[in-house]
Amino acid sequence: MTTFSLNGRNVSVHSPNDAPLLWVIRDELGLTGTKFGCGIGMCGACTVHVEGRATRSCITTVGAVAGAKVTTIEGLNPEGRHPLQTAWLELQVPQCGYCQSGQIMQAATLLKDYPNPTDEDINAVMAGSLCRCMTYLRIRKAIKLAAARMRKGATQDEHA
Amino acid sequence: MSMPDRGLRASYDPSRRDFLIAMLGAGVTLGFARSSLAVVQGIASGTQLAGSARDLFEPTIWYSIDRSGEVTVNITRAEMGQHVGTALARIVADELEADWAKVRIIGVDSDPKWGEMVTGGSWSMWQSFPVLSRAGAAGRIALVEEGARLLGVSKESCTALKGAVHAGGRSISYGDIVARGNLARTYTPAQLNGIPIKAPAHRRLIGKDTLALDVPSKVNGKGRYGLDAAVEGMIYARPKVPPTRYDSKVVSIDDSAAKQVPGYIQSLALYDPSGTAPGWVMVYANSFTAANRAADLVKVKWSSGEAAHVSEQDLQRRAAELIADPNGGALIVNDPGVDAAFTSAKQKLERTYTTSTVMHFALEPINALAFERNGIFEIHTGNQWQTAILPVLAKALGRSQDKIVMRSYLLGGGFGRRLDGDYAVPAALAAKAVGKPVKMVCTRADDMRFDCPRSPSTQTLRMAFGDGGKVMAMEHHAAAGWPTAAINPKFMLKDARGVPFDGFAIAGADHWYTVGAQRVRALCNDLANRSFRPGYLRSVGPGWINWALESFMDEAAHTIAMDPVEFRLRLLDGVGRNSGSAPNAVGGAHRQAAVLARVAEKAAWRSPVPRDTGLGVATTFGQERDMPTWVACVARARVDRTSGRVTVEKLTLVVDAGTIIQPDGAAAQVEGAALWGLSMALHEGSEFVDGQPKDTNLDTYTLLRMGDVPEVEIEFLPSTATPVGLGEPATTVVAPAIGNAIFAASGARIRHLPIRPKAVLEALTHRA
Repeated sequence: MTTFSLNGRNVSVHSPNDAPLLWVIRDELGLTGTKFGCGIGMCGACTVHVEGRATRSCITTVGAVAGAKVTTIEGLNPEGRHPLQTAWLELQVPQCGYCQSGQIMQAATLLKDYPNPTDEDINAVMAGSLCRCMTYLRIRKAIKLAAARMRKGATQDEHA
Repeated sequence: MSMPDRGLRASYDPSRRDFLIAMLGAGVTLGFARSSLAVVQGIASGTQLAGSARDLFEPTIWYSIDRSGEVTVNITRAEMGQHVGTALARIVADELEADWAKVRIIGVDSDPKWGEMVTGGSWSMWQSFPVLSRAGAAGRIALVEEGARLLGVSKESCTALKGAVHAGGRSISYGDIVARGNLARTYTPAQLNGIPIKAPAHRRLIGKDTLALDVPSKVNGKGRYGLDAAVEGMIYARPKVPPTRYDSKVVSIDDSAAKQVPGYIQSLALYDPSGTAPGWVMVYANSFTAANRAADLVKVKWSSGEAAHVSEQDLQRRAAELIADPNGGALIVNDPGVDAAFTSAKQKLERTYTTSTVMHFALEPINALAFERNGIFEIHTGNQWQTAILPVLAKALGRSQDKIVMRSYLLGGGFGRRLDGDYAVPAALAAKAVGKPVKMVCTRADDMRFDCPRSPSTQTLRMAFGDGGKVMAMEHHAAAGWPTAAINPKFMLKDARGVPFDGFAIAGADHWYTVGAQRVRALCNDLANRSFRPGYLRSVGPGWINWALESFMDEAAHTIAMDPVEFRLRLLDGVGRNSGSAPNAVGGAHRQAAVLARVAEKAAWRSPVPRDTGLGVATTFGQERDMPTWVACVARARVDRTSGRVTVEKLTLVVDAGTIIQPDGAAAQVEGAALWGLSMALHEGSEFVDGQPKDTNLDTYTLLRMGDVPEVEIEFLPSTATPVGLGEPATTVVAPAIGNAIFAASGARIRHLPIRPKAVLEALTHRA
C-alpha cells in the first residue's frame, strides 16, 4: 500500500508500487482528468504536479510518489478558476480537449518559473506537450494572458 | 460536368423521418458532465427524463422545451474539437427565438431515428443547417400560435423573442406555454420543407460569437471521453494486434510468463465473423496496468500472408504501374478532345507527385467499453460514424442492430480515425467472449499498428498548352488506397461507364479551373487495400490531390513564365461548368478567384522578400465540388541551403465558407487545419515496413510542436451564402503553398510529401 497526498487529501492505494501513477489516479482513485496519450512521457497529456513540479504520470511509478504531494487538474484550483483555466476559457483554447489538462498543468509550472515568459520560454517549456488539434496559437496567447493577470495579483490556489 | 451524386449525400434526406410533430416524451440521452454510471443505470432501469405529455414540448426529434423553458438540443454529431454542438444549437435557437442562456446540448446515443449518424466530410453545418433552422422555425410558429391563444390575442399581433411570445405589453414565456398550452400541432414533411427561414439580416445568434458549451469541461478535467467510460464490474483488456490487418491467423498463445502478473486473468483468441479485426488475441486483467504488462509477456504466434512483406516502396511501385496502364481505373471527368489537344499542343508539361503514409495519431488511443445488459449490447466509445459500424457490429456479435447501442462520449481527437469504428468490434467480441463488461484500451503502439492511415499516393498530371501559353487540356491520374472500399463499400460511386470509385479519394482533381479538355482518372491501389486498411484522414483525398494539383499549377505557370497567382486567376474564369450553381456553389470559380486575389493582397504577394525566403501560393475548393469551401493560402518559407531545412515563417489564409455560424469556432477550425497541413508537410509521414507502419510512437513519429508554429493570419470573406464545411479545407493548401514557397526561395522543386531536408538538398543540387 502506498500513501501520498492527492489534491490536498491523503490517499492510500492498493496498486503495486511499480504501477504507473497515471493509472492509479485514473482507475483506482477515479480522477479521469489526467489523460493517457503515448505512455512514454513524450506527449504530456498525463502531466500532474509532484511537489509542484510538472511530472509525466505515465512513466512515474506510484511508489515514487510515496509521501509526496500530487496535484491533478482537478486540484489545480478548488473552483477550477486558476488564471490559466479562466484564460483557457476566455480564449476558447481547447478543441477536442484531450491534451488540455496536461497543457494547463505544464503551463502552471511554466508560470511559476517564468512569471513573464518570452516566446522562447514558452517554446522550451511547452515543447513536450503535444496538441493534435494544433491549438498552439491559442495556448500561447492564453499563457501570456494568464501570466499578465497573475503578475497583477490573481491567485492560483493550488492544493499543496 | 460534375462528380456523380455521392451515395452518402443522396441517402441524406432530411425530410424522411425527422419531423414528428407532436408532444412526446423524450428518450434518455447523454449530456455533458454526467457520470457514466448514472447514465448506465438510467438506461438499465428504463428511466425517462420526461414524464407526462405536458412536461415537454418536442416539436421535432431535434430538440425539446420543458416547463421551465429550458431548450435541450439533441446533438447527433460527434464532439471532437469543432464545438459542433454549440454551433448546431445556435442554428436551432436562432430560428426558435430561444433565450440562449436556457439552451443546453445533449450528445445522443445511436438510434435509427437520427438517420445517418456521421461526423465527417466537413458536412455538419452544411447538412444540418437546413434541417435545424426549419425545425427551430416550426417550433417558434407553434409556440407563437399557442402563446397567442393563451394571451387571447391574434397570432399576427405576436412576436417571439428570447424565449417568450410578446403581444402589446404582455408576454408569456415558452416554459409557461409548454406547461399551460396544448401544443399538439403537427406538420407534414412537405409543410416543414416549406417553412421559410429568416433573412440573414434578422439573425440574432448566427454569425455572433458565444462561448462554446463543451469548453468548460475541457479545462477542469471533468469532460468524459471514451477512455473515461466505466461500469460496475468491468475488467480490462489490451489486445495483441496481429502482424497484418487481414491475413493473420493465431497459431498459438503462450501466456506462461503473463501468469506472474498480479491481476492477470486470461488470454483469448477472438473470432470475428465480420472480418474487421481477424487474428486478435485479447489479454484480460483486473486493471489496465496488469493487462498492459501481461500483454507484453504473452507470446502469440501468427501465420500471415503476403501482406506481412509489403513495403512503402512496393505500394508506390504498384501505384506507378497502375498509372502507367492507360486502361484501368474510373474516369471521373472525361471530356472529348483530350488526346487531340495533347497531340497538337505547342508545349506540354508532365509531372509526378507522391505522398507518404500519414498516421492519424488522435491523442486518445482507441478504446471502447462493451457489455450486454437487459438484452442490449452497449458500446461506450467516442465515434464519428455510428451508422457505418453498427451493421458490422451486428455481424460480429451475431445479433440484430436494434439490440446494439453506441453511447456517445467526447472524442480525444477524430480526424477521420473514428469514422472507422473498427475498434468497437474487438471490444464487443472481447466482452461477449467472457460474458462480462470489458474495457479495451489500446496502447499507443497498438493504436498505431491498428490505424487506418492515409494511404501513400502517386499522381501524374499533364497539361497541354496552345498558342500564347493558353491551356488547352489537362489530365490528372491518381492512385492510392481507397478508404471507402475498405471501410464502407456501399458508399462507393460509379463513373459514367459504371466503374466504381471512391469519391473521397479523388475529390479535388475535378477542380474549378477552366483547362480546356479535361480527364481525371482515379485508380485504386489494390495492393494498399489488400495490405492495410486505408483510412479517412482529415480532408482525405484532397490532402494528396491538392498537393499534386497546386504544385503542378505552380510548375505550369513557370512553364509559360507567368506569375502563379495570375495564372490561376486566369483559369478561374467562372465559365461553363465552373460558373457555379445554387444553392451550394453560387458564384462558382469566381469565389475561388476572390479568395485567391484577397490572399495575394493580404500577404503582399508581389513585395520583395529577403534572400532564401519565398512566398508560395495554393488554393482549393475544399472537400467536394458540390459543397465548395473556397480557400487560398500564401506560405512564407525560408530555406537553409546548407542543411536543407525549411522554416515556415508565416501562413496567410483567406476563406469563404458561406454563412459562418460561430465565427470564433470557425477560426479555430482553420487554425487547426492549417497547422495540420504544416505538420503533414514538414514533420509527419511514415512508411510501411513488412506490412506495418514503421512508426508506432512519438519516439520516431514526429508532429508539429509549440516551437514550430509560425505566425498565422486568417480572414473570412463575408458571405450569406449556404454554410459549408470548415473542419478540413484549410488542411490541404498548406503543403503545396510551402512547396511552392521553397521553389520561390531557392529554385528547388519538391514533389514528395513530407518535405525532408535531404530532398530539399537534392532538389537544390538538381535544379534547372
